[in-house]
Amino acid sequence: MSNIIDKVFEHSTRIIAFSVLLIVAWIFTVLFQNSLDSMQAFGFDFITDTKWAPNLEKFGALPAIMGSVISTFLAMVLAVPVAIGVAIFLSEIAPEKLKSPIGVSIELLAAIPSVIYGMWGLFYFVPIIRDIFGGLGIGMLTAGIVLAIMILPFMAAVTRDAMDTTPDILKESAYALGGTKWDVIKDIIIPYAKAGIIGSMILALGRAIGETMAVTFVMGNVHKISLAITAPATSIPVTLANEFTEADTELYFSSLFELSFILLLISFTIISIAKFYFLRKTRRA
Amino acid sequence: MATIINIPHEKALEVKDFQFTYNGTTEPSLKEISMPIAKNSITALIGPSGCGKTTLLRSFNRMHDLYPGNRYEGLIEFKGRNILEPKEDLIQLRTCIGMIFQKPTAFPMSIYDNVAYGLRLQGIKNRSELNDRVEKALQDAAIWKEVSSRLKHDANGLSGGQQQRLCIARAIAVEPEVLLFDEPTSALDPISTQGIEKLVIELKEKVSIIIVTHNMQQAARVSDYTGFMYLGELIELGITEELFVTPKERLTEEYITGKFG
Repeated sequence: MSNIIDKVFEHSTRIIAFSVLLIVAWIFTVLFQNSLDSMQAFGFDFITDTKWAPNLEKFGALPAIMGSVISTFLAMVLAVPVAIGVAIFLSEIAPEKLKSPIGVSIELLAAIPSVIYGMWGLFYFVPIIRDIFGGLGIGMLTAGIVLAIMILPFMAAVTRDAMDTTPDILKESAYALGGTKWDVIKDIIIPYAKAGIIGSMILALGRAIGETMAVTFVMGNVHKISLAITAPATSIPVTLANEFTEADTELYFSSLFELSFILLLISFTIISIAKFYFLRKTRRA
Repeated sequence: MATIINIPHEKALEVKDFQFTYNGTTEPSLKEISMPIAKNSITALIGPSGCGKTTLLRSFNRMHDLYPGNRYEGLIEFKGRNILEPKEDLIQLRTCIGMIFQKPTAFPMSIYDNVAYGLRLQGIKNRSELNDRVEKALQDAAIWKEVSSRLKHDANGLSGGQQQRLCIARAIAVEPEVLLFDEPTSALDPISTQGIEKLVIELKEKVSIIIVTHNMQQAARVSDYTGFMYLGELIELGITEELFVTPKERLTEEYITGKFG
């Protein structure tokens, strides 16, 4: 009897596990199939063309792709140094009494739904940017900053966890050679935690590039590549969120699907790289 | 109460009425300890777990200062000054009094960079001086032959015994006057242990050594002087042979004959 229960259990967990695989494959297939019309119509030009004119049945995705890449890049440039600073403070500098309250607050920040970051950004951040740089206040720069604030807590928390894994005895060895706190942080802790730090950054990058709600509020949805980072722009998720309801032709619909297919490929690549780093780390330990 | 012999040697360190209290406790973990540490000799500290031998060892390079709230009282004299003074420059002190830990602690960098680490902290940048001193330290630590062809390799690729000798090389590269060994062979196999013991004996020509060990045979094999500690007190300090053959204190005798421990 117990033998049968074991068998049932074994098979049901197997089915559930494989269904995950199936769903991934399904999504890939659906996105690819729906993109076919657009792929046939524009070919490789879809990625390199800058003109997105639904009324002319002309779809070029470069502004959206560039928007995703640049806003994410801005977010990373702003968030990485701050996240590392916060992590160093929490792991090495803060007195014991402060570690836990600040650590918990950061984890709470990481749990705020992205739509709230978007609303907060639109109503309280856009005016500040407008005052400083002029213009509308919505655009690439605002999106980058809001994204940076959004990914920062996650990055800081994971980086801190990675730094905390440095064995005390290793730190003490460096102090015992006459190292200062700064020497120990830069020569021992950061190199030791390197894999975890890079992993957290890549995961944050993956989250930023696919982020929709936070960015939709503050990006502007303008399909134009502008030299000014304060000008309104768009990104792949922003385009998808704004335009699916308006997609009145087959080609428009298919073009949006091709955009989402491209986004999926980018995210998939990023996660694969992160996995590679994490796997390397676990194999070592 | 305790039996502390006078040593004929010149002294490297002198401990007087030393007390140590850990953060958050009122009872001192080390009580009224007074002892000389002989220069160019090996002093072993033995005693059951929790007797305070490692705590005492970590006081000599003020390692306890890394964690807040620990308190020292009394005197540890080194080169004419009390190193327990708050104004003591700990960075400077730790380059004079080096330490080897229970487990090998190779840094996540190459073999060469591990040994050069302390030198670089002191601001030595000259390539040829670094090369010379790294080679000399590795030779003195009896590991040069094994690693000379792969100095640029990751130090974590070495075996445990090799890593511990690398740590010794790293510590002696900065030419300290005193070396503290905190159970340096507890994580090693017998062959590696033998190698480290031989090395420790060779090193006393250049440095004064204090070694904490839970292994009485090890203390007997390597040390010139042995101190027996129990419940935070130094019960007896004597010439190693005399302490093991004719202990003056009853507690020492009971411990070395295995009546407790």
